[in-house]
Amino acid sequence: MAGTAVLGRRLSWLVGTVTEVHDETPAARTIVFDVPDWPGHVAGQHVDVRLTAPDGYSAVRSYSIANAPTANRVEITVVRIDDGEVSPYLTQTVAQGDQLELRGPIGGWFVWRPAQTEPVQLIAGGSGIVPLMAMIRTRALAQSNAPFRLLYSVRNPESVLYAAELRECSRDVSITFAYTRTVPDGWPTPPGRIDAAAVAAHTWPANAAPQCYVCGPTPFVESAADLLRAAGQEPGSIKTERFGPTGG
Amino acid sequence: MDRSAQTFLDGNAAAGELRDIFVLELSTATTQCASCGKIAAFAEARVYGMEPGLIARCSGCENPLMRVVKSSGRVWLDLRGLQFLEVPTSSV
Amino acid sequence: MGLISRGFTSKRDTTETKLPPGQYLTKDFPVLSAGPTPRVSLDTWAFSIANEAGESKQWDWKSFRALPSEEFTVDIHCVTRWSKFDTAWEGVSLDTLLQDVKTSAGFALAHSYGDYTTNVPLADLRDGKAWIVFKYAGKELAPEHGGPARLLIPHLYLWKSAKWVRGISLMTSDKPGFWESLGYNNYGDPWREQRYWGDV
Repeated sequence: MAGTAVLGRRLSWLVGTVTEVHDETPAARTIVFDVPDWPGHVAGQHVDVRLTAPDGYSAVRSYSIANAPTANRVEITVVRIDDGEVSPYLTQTVAQGDQLELRGPIGGWFVWRPAQTEPVQLIAGGSGIVPLMAMIRTRALAQSNAPFRLLYSVRNPESVLYAAELRECSRDVSITFAYTRTVPDGWPTPPGRIDAAAVAAHTWPANAAPQCYVCGPTPFVESAADLLRAAGQEPGSIKTERFGPTGG
Repeated sequence: MDRSAQTFLDGNAAAGELRDIFVLELSTATTQCASCGKIAAFAEARVYGMEPGLIARCSGCENPLMRVVKSSGRVWLDLRGLQFLEVPTSSV
Repeated sequence: MGLISRGFTSKRDTTETKLPPGQYLTKDFPVLSAGPTPRVSLDTWAFSIANEAGESKQWDWKSFRALPSEEFTVDIHCVTRWSKFDTAWEGVSLDTLLQDVKTSAGFALAHSYGDYTTNVPLADLRDGKAWIVFKYAGKELAPEHGGPARLLIPHLYLWKSAKWVRGISLMTSDKPGFWESLGYNNYGDPWREQRYWGDV
């Protein structure tokens, strides 16, 4: 069936069983699914989650996949939006053994593949770290030597996702935190948004020709991508993924 | 007129919605805007919506490349804003 | 129907009896956008009404705000299923704006800053049913809600109430607008649940 191969595959809803939940921060929880029919994914892709109430009402939200591709396993990290409809359910109600519907993987643009060898600049704003963490984890799993740098803008030290794991991998990946509201004791600089000085000090220079990945809320991504362009990065080397106000 | 650009998402964000309609992944597709001629990845389009409809606009001139409206049982698609859409396929 | 998610329920209040069919009540004021939010300066803002002969009347901000305005409170209904009760507005009635416009047209097409358009029968703009509003809840209308001024036709779904309105063309034949040309109902009465093409 040559025609079928060319046309690809219609995505269908798959049933995932929750095998594990753990809190990353007081407001963020990671949910691990076992999805028997999962076709595999690439770092940076996302997955849609569909919730259905007994009266038939359903809500769909898209989440970045957090884990490196391993058989049948899909991890997402959800930050709770208190007046949201879906994130309170995923961060407070869902428990091991529950079954939810997933559709994916989705997206083929904002991705990093182990075959890439060029330097990589990751810039995360808040929960925009999630797909970038999948890239860092994929790099480690594939034993890639691609030089990675991460600049991670986050409200305060308590809101850092994957804090322990990032400490672990800081031998391999150059990581800089930029705190926007509260800095840890003894931190050398006051809190503030990422600016040209931070980009100059902590990201690859343009002559290293890095592939840049920027993920976060829309205004953050706009600003970070502008700073990268102003620092001389090729516009074509900057890939962005914006988080929207999707109703939580 | 000053335009704020704080409300849109990337073409990536539309990929799940569009997989309901297209069997191909569109985020890696190449588009040409029928209005200004800009050639870009669909992932670079500026996506508004998804309700009441999804609008993917050209990142160069804001012209709509694609409009999609879904109801239960029907979907409407307007592709007038695309000069072409080049979609990578897996080799046979 | 999909697999039931244990413990998941909608937070949507659909029990209120004043709701049109298929709607839920919200206390928020959700913002939906089909394009970038135009930031229109009051120095350059203008609103015009053109009749079927192409004759147009135009107001700048100063002359528009010099017109008699009304304060009123209405319920609004969005086709994406939220309704909001008791929203308080101030604006100029379309009756006032249409007063000196000579027309025998049956149809109107509203145009916005940006590329948005929406069509309504002219009769739905008359007799105290429609306004160009510039204040919401006592404050100047914010850009994300259509400021400096938007059309408000509360008896139809809210997509008919064009944000950032800059003009209305009166026409002898109907012309579908931005959403009406792609699946959304030509009239959009929430009480008859006229959401899509073919809903009567």
